Amino acid sequence: MAQEASTKQVQAKKRRNITRTDVQSFLLRGRAFIALILVTLAFSILAPQFMTTANIVIMSKHIAINALLAIGMTFVILTGGIDLSVGSIVGMVAMIAGGLINEGIIMPRFGIIIYPHTWMIIALSLILGTLAGTLSGYVITRFNVAPFIATLGMLYAARGIAGLRNNGYTFPNLVGRPEYGNTGFEILGAGNFLGVNYSIWLMIILTLLAHVMTKRTPFGRHVYAIGGNENAAELSGVRVSRTKIIVYSISGLCSALVGLIIASQLVASHPLTGDTFELNAIAAVVLGGTSLAGGRGSMGGTLIGAFVIGVLNDGLVMMGVSSFWQKVIKGSVIVVAVIIDQVQARMQERIALQQQQELG
Amino acid sequence: MSNLSPDFNTETDVSDSIILTAENITQVYPGTVALDDVSYNVRKGKVNVLIGENGAGKSTLVKILAGVQPPTSGKIFLDGIEIRPRSPLEATRLGIGMVFQEMNLCDNMSVVDNIFLAREITRRDGLISRRSQRSSANELLSKLEQNIDPDELLGNLRIGEQQIVEIAKALAQDVRILIMDEPTSALSAAEVDVLFRVIRELKARGVAIIYISHKLEEFTEIGDYVTILRDGRKVAEEELKNVGMTWMIKNMVGRNPATLYTRQEHQLGDVLLKAENLTLPRTGGGYLLDDISFELREGEVLGFYGLMGAGRSDLVECLAGARPHATGSIWLYGEPVTASTIEGRIQSGLVLVPEHRQRDSIVPTRSVQENMLLASLRRYLRGVFLAPAKERAATDRQIDNLFIRVANAHQPITALSGGNQQKVVVAKGLLTQPKVLLLDEPTRGIDVGAKSEISEIINRLAEQNHGVILVSSELKEILAMSDRILVMSKGKITGEFTHQEATEEKLVAASAIGHGPSNGGNHHGSGS
Repeated sequence: MAQEASTKQVQAKKRRNITRTDVQSFLLRGRAFIALILVTLAFSILAPQFMTTANIVIMSKHIAINALLAIGMTFVILTGGIDLSVGSIVGMVAMIAGGLINEGIIMPRFGIIIYPHTWMIIALSLILGTLAGTLSGYVITRFNVAPFIATLGMLYAARGIAGLRNNGYTFPNLVGRPEYGNTGFEILGAGNFLGVNYSIWLMIILTLLAHVMTKRTPFGRHVYAIGGNENAAELSGVRVSRTKIIVYSISGLCSALVGLIIASQLVASHPLTGDTFELNAIAAVVLGGTSLAGGRGSMGGTLIGAFVIGVLNDGLVMMGVSSFWQKVIKGSVIVVAVIIDQVQARMQERIALQQQQELG
Repeated sequence: MSNLSPDFNTETDVSDSIILTAENITQVYPGTVALDDVSYNVRKGKVNVLIGENGAGKSTLVKILAGVQPPTSGKIFLDGIEIRPRSPLEATRLGIGMVFQEMNLCDNMSVVDNIFLAREITRRDGLISRRSQRSSANELLSKLEQNIDPDELLGNLRIGEQQIVEIAKALAQDVRILIMDEPTSALSAAEVDVLFRVIRELKARGVAIIYISHKLEEFTEIGDYVTILRDGRKVAEEELKNVGMTWMIKNMVGRNPATLYTRQEHQLGDVLLKAENLTLPRTGGGYLLDDISFELREGEVLGFYGLMGAGRSDLVECLAGARPHATGSIWLYGEPVTASTIEGRIQSGLVLVPEHRQRDSIVPTRSVQENMLLASLRRYLRGVFLAPAKERAATDRQIDNLFIRVANAHQPITALSGGNQQKVVVAKGLLTQPKVLLLDEPTRGIDVGAKSEISEIINRLAEQNHGVILVSSELKEILAMSDRILVMSKGKITGEFTHQEATEEKLVAASAIGHGPSNGGNHHGSGS
């Protein structure tokens, strides 16, 4: 009798626990989105100008820049790597593109200067950024250098090149000259389609593309597998080195794109463009629920993470919070997000264990 | 000399007295009961065997006893006094040590540092006394009859050697109760013998052993008491001399053990795989594989038996393309295999199911389906995208064919029991449509039911004219399943037996060629 009662109790507990677990896991999974809504609501109330069209437009442009970097970063982090060089590649590409517009390609041997067409400049810049990523990936895979170190090296080198290009000076007024056929660069930053800035379109399109790549292509599966267990991926026939080189190249490509967008928005390129942007990008990825250990995460999460960072940044500025406090708050948010991430991981482990026990 | 000698408590009074009692232990995980009101007695100076299928709750129970996790409810008494160990360290201080199933060792540290981790022997000035640690480690390892250099990095040892180190680590703790969770799963027959000798010695000193294993034949050799768990409940507790193997298996699974391994006689076809002069140098001199040549026919299950480090894993890894430094030639159906990468070998029709599931096979962060399809993704493409319908169909077919027990294909692979995880790994190999399946210890550490199912899968493959290379350290298994058995020792093939010829004695004798004092341990002296 007593035993029967206790069995019933256990069963009842079982049912109740499952529903509570479900709710908890739903809240944890959607936490980034919930955080975004809460932060947005808070700022709408606290800062009256926050929800104005003008502010939303400016904020979206900021978010787009971080999101584009974070998309590339997500690929890298999903493989268990890290790319510290993105901010520097932004600066390097901006300076190279600025130089190509204002000074062209000087060929002293022939005494001529070639002014490439704007499209050509954009293409060359994107290729340059991609190759910088490829080089990092090659160093990482070929010489077995830790990603942290290889991309730290690239961080210094690319920033150095950005400074070297014009001895530390800015390239101003990047409008080109009609007679050289290199005008129109500013359209990339200022242009709109359906009333929405190009950079925001790029963010939307690239997020979708990256999402499909991660979820629906063999390449994406390989990325997740490498981050989850590199040995298993290798023994399953995944070309680990090639895949890694590709993810760093993608990150370089995204950085180059951001370099072009910023230079175009400012109609100038400065050697310090993109300084410390890698940190915002990593923060967005982590806030979006991607594990720094690799193998777990999503592009959608990263996009939300970028929004949280962007809303937080601009909202705090609008509220007049001191820049020192802004840093303290941002730092705390990132760490708390990772703590919650760990809580979720532990919970999923428990759920997994529970399913295992149920299956026997 | 040191305060921590590998000698054990010198209690002479060995009786059947109960040293440890677990009372009404219940462990509830969210939504499930892993242990349901289990009471368990551990007897001093005896080997207390704990058996049950995967998921029966054995590991949960011993983890509670070893302080890894507290129970939801229930009490533990040591010598009649209630204890509540909250960490493995606390448990060790109470005299309860454990050899873990998933090895708890640090790859990046030396053998001796691992053995004394968190129990370092220090000198008066607070620094680690390397000399006394090393001499204690040497003593322990020689007691285990292992020729392991205590200064070697753990990561450089083979799995079996690592397991020996794990055992040495537990022995160094000088405990009264020693829990061994599948200590023999990576050991060869000879090493198991050594371990059993050590266990008998511990028994004689009054140490209580709690012993978990899936190898039932081991218990009859060393067990004294047996406790059987099924689905989180205790179903039986007996003195071992009163019961037989059949009784144990029936209580564990409720099935007849005679049907454990299936093998059907069938015709062998043409020569499918031919390997010639496979050679793999060992870093630091000598050979891991020393000029190996053999043939495999269609529909043949070719077993490879040998001691730990004999080169069996190296051989299948070479065939799978995972050892770039290997030399030699391979033919499939008379065509030379030119591909040298893993990916290329998989396309040629050679695929490996690795020995170490956690380390080399599964991607723990991903789902059952993603794990299963990882090696064959190009088969599910429509254009450049994966077609979910094709993926789903392939997954479902394998789940049915291989009797994989999952709630759904998208649950994390870590939610499955070891046996079911292993079947997912086998499915991953099969989905590459291999000509030859290379199975390295495919049943290591999985329960009886899953073992039987894997043997059935191997049979079915042979019937479909696949070639199967089966590396196993379990004599019963390899004898039951192989059409032909090659025995390896020190990188060479030292014996070949047909299914009819092979006996345990012959295999063990062939596996020892090149070892032992008669040969001076010279591995170049084994040519005939």
